[in-house]
Amino acid sequence: MILSIRQVVKMYSEHLALDHIDLEIPRAKIFGLLGPNGAGKTSLIRIINQITAPDAGQIMFNGEPLSPKHVDQIGYLPEERGLYKKMKVGDQLLYLAQLKGMSKSEALSKLKDWFIRLDIKDWWNKPVDDLSKGMQQKTQFIATVVHEPKLLILDEPFSGFDPINANMLKDEILAIKDRGTTILFSTHRMETVEELCDDIALINHSRVVLAGEKVEVQNRYKQNKFKIRYLGNLPAELPGIEILAQNGLSATLKLGVGISSNQAISQLIGHVELLEFQEIIPSFNDIFIQVVNETNAYE
Amino acid sequence: MNKILLIIQREYITRVLKKSFWISSLLAPILITAIYAIPIWLAMKDKEVKRVEILDLSGLWKKSDLVDKEVEFTFITGKEQDLKMTFAAKGYDAFVSIPEDVLRNPKGVHIYSAKNIGMSLKGSVEKLIQNKVRHELLLKAGISSQIYESTQVDIDSKTFTVSTDGQETSSSSGGAMILAGIMGLVLYVTLLLYGSQVMNGVIEEKSSRIIEVIISSVKPYQLLLGKIIGVGLVGLTQFLLWIVLTIGLTQVTSQWYGGKVKDNLTQIKQVESGKQGILISKSAEESPMSEVTKVLESTNIPMVIAAFLFYFFVGYMLYSSLFAAIGSAVESATEAQQFTFIVMIPIILSFLMAQYTMQDPDSQIAFWASMIPFTSPINMMVRLPYGVPGWQLVLSMSLLVLGFLGCSWVSARIYRVGILMYGKKVTWKELGKWLFYKG
Repeated sequence: MILSIRQVVKMYSEHLALDHIDLEIPRAKIFGLLGPNGAGKTSLIRIINQITAPDAGQIMFNGEPLSPKHVDQIGYLPEERGLYKKMKVGDQLLYLAQLKGMSKSEALSKLKDWFIRLDIKDWWNKPVDDLSKGMQQKTQFIATVVHEPKLLILDEPFSGFDPINANMLKDEILAIKDRGTTILFSTHRMETVEELCDDIALINHSRVVLAGEKVEVQNRYKQNKFKIRYLGNLPAELPGIEILAQNGLSATLKLGVGISSNQAISQLIGHVELLEFQEIIPSFNDIFIQVVNETNAYE
Repeated sequence: MNKILLIIQREYITRVLKKSFWISSLLAPILITAIYAIPIWLAMKDKEVKRVEILDLSGLWKKSDLVDKEVEFTFITGKEQDLKMTFAAKGYDAFVSIPEDVLRNPKGVHIYSAKNIGMSLKGSVEKLIQNKVRHELLLKAGISSQIYESTQVDIDSKTFTVSTDGQETSSSSGGAMILAGIMGLVLYVTLLLYGSQVMNGVIEEKSSRIIEVIISSVKPYQLLLGKIIGVGLVGLTQFLLWIVLTIGLTQVTSQWYGGKVKDNLTQIKQVESGKQGILISKSAEESPMSEVTKVLESTNIPMVIAAFLFYFFVGYMLYSSLFAAIGSAVESATEAQQFTFIVMIPIILSFLMAQYTMQDPDSQIAFWASMIPFTSPINMMVRLPYGVPGWQLVLSMSLLVLGFLGCSWVSARIYRVGILMYGKKVTWKELGKWLFYKG
C-alpha cells in the first residue's frame, strides 16, 4: 500500500467534513475517488497533501506516518488550476520543480524532456498569459509530474481539455502508472473511471460508502440482468425468469434467485433461437446514483 | 529553509525585473538632484553680466556707488526721450533714468529694456538706487550711515545641546528637522508602498489559484515569510539605489558646475533673502544643505543608518504581515479596500504624530509614539536626529520586535485559512474565528 488512511476525521467549525475515513490505496494502481460535490473529496485530498491536518486518525505513506518530508514524493493537480500569469513558462516550471525539492540542473533536464515529448519547445520563454487554456493545462500537468512523484493526485484532470489533449493526457497517465506511480483520481466523470481506474472509493456525506476493486464492485452491483437477441417467439411467462423489457427480437431479462445463466439458456433455447446472451454489467454511473440515493435516504 | 530561499528569490527577481521598479528607482534621485541643481543652474544662468546705461540728472551717483557683480553701469548724458530709443542698438540690456528730484520723488526712476527685464536685474538696480537715496536722506536728517548700518542687526542664534556631563555639541535644530522629516516621509511612503505590494502578491496567488499548488509543496508560513522577506529586500535595494544614484547624480552635477557651486550656494541664499549689496551675505556654511551636513556631523551616522534599516525592516515586516492577512481573506483588490483602512490608519496616524514629534521631540506624546510598535518606526526615526537616550531606543526596538511577533502570529493564522477560502464574503467576525481554527 502506498497510502493507508485510517479513521481520519476533519471538522470545519460546525460541519463534519470527514467522518472516520478508512481507505487503502495500493501501489502502482489508478485509484478513483468518487463522490458528489461537497462529499469531502477535496478535504481528504488536502489532508493527504498536508495542506490541512486531520483532527483525528492517521495516514501512512509508504509504510511511514505521513510527514512533511513526503511532500516531495507527491504530485498534486488541483481542480481549480492556476499559474503565475506574468511569469515565463520555463521559469515557472523550474520554480515549481525546485519547490518540490529538485535541483536546478535536474529540473532543467527533466523539463526539457517533457517539452520535447509534448512538442512545446517554443513555449519556454512565453509568459503564461500568452498561452491558451489548453496550453496552460499542459503546462500545469508538467508541473505536477516533473519531479516524478510516487503518488500523483489528480483532481478532475480532464476538465478543460479538448478531446485530443484529453487523449494525450490519458496516455501520459497510463505511461506514468506503468512506471510504478500510484494515481489518485478524483472525478465525477464515470466514463473515465470505467476506462482508467483499477480501484474505486465512493464518498458521500463525509463517509466512504463504497470501496474496492473496480471489477469486484461492479459484480457486487450486478442485478442478474441479461440482454438477449433471438429469432422466434418469446413466451410471455418463463419459470424463474422475469422479462423486464421486450423490443422486437431483443429483450432484457432478470434471473430469479437460484437460476444460473446456463439454466436460463437451456430454458430459452427450448422456445427461441438464441443469437446473443449477455450479462448487463452495471455502469458506474448507475452504481454511483444508486449508492448515493441509498445513503441519502438512509440519512 | 532551502524552499524559503527559493521563494525569496522568485519574489525578489520578478519585482526587480519590472519596469516600474526601475522607473521609481531612477525618478526619485533625478527629482532630488533637480531640486538641488535647478536653483544653482538658474543662479548661474543669471551670472552673465548685464550692461546698463544710466542717465543721472540728480548728479548724486558716482561710479563707485554702482558696483555689482551682475550689472555693469555706464554713465551717459542726453535726453531721456532720445536715449530710451538708442540703448538697445548700442548693445545695452537696459537704460535707467534718474530724475533730478529723486530724493523727493523716488518713484520717478524709470527702467527701460528691450526684452522683459529679469527680476534679479530689476532688484539689483533698485537696490543700488534705494541704498544711495536712503543714505542721502539719512544724511539730510543728520544720521550718519554708520549709525544706520549698526542698527541693521541680524539675529542668527547658534544652538548647542548639552549632555548631563556638560559636554557641548553644536547642533542645528533646523537641520535635525529636515533630516527627521526626510526619514519620516521615506518610512511612511515605503511602509505603505511595500506593505500593499505584499498584499497584492497574496491576492494574485489566491485569485490565480496557484496558491494550492504552492502550499502542497511548502508550508503556508514559508510562503508568507518568503514573500515578505523578498519584497522587503526589493525595498532595501531601492533604498540603496536611491542613495547611490542620488549621491552619484549630485556629484556629477557638481562636477558639471565645477568649483563655482560653493560660490553659488552663497548667491542662492542672497537671492532668497534679498540681502544684497552692502548687507553682509550669509556664508555658504549656513545654507539648508549644510545645516543637514552639520546634523550629520554631530550625529552618529552608522547608528542612524542602522536604526533606519532596523525600523524600516521590522516595521515593514509588521505591517506587511497584516497586509498579507488581509490579502489572504479576500479575492480581489477592490474587496480588500474595506479591510486595508484598518492597517493604513496606524501608518497615517504615526505620520501625523510625527509632525508633533518633530516640533517637540521630547514631549510625552513623542515618547509614547516612539514606543508603541505601530507608530514607533516613523516616530523614533523622527526623534533620532535630535538625540534619544539609549535605553529608550533599546526599549522601542524590543517592543517593535514583540509587536511584530504578535502581529505575524495573528496574520499567519488568518493567512493559512484565508488562502483556501473562496466564494465567501469575509466579515470581521469570520476573521476572528479563523484565529482559533486548528491546523
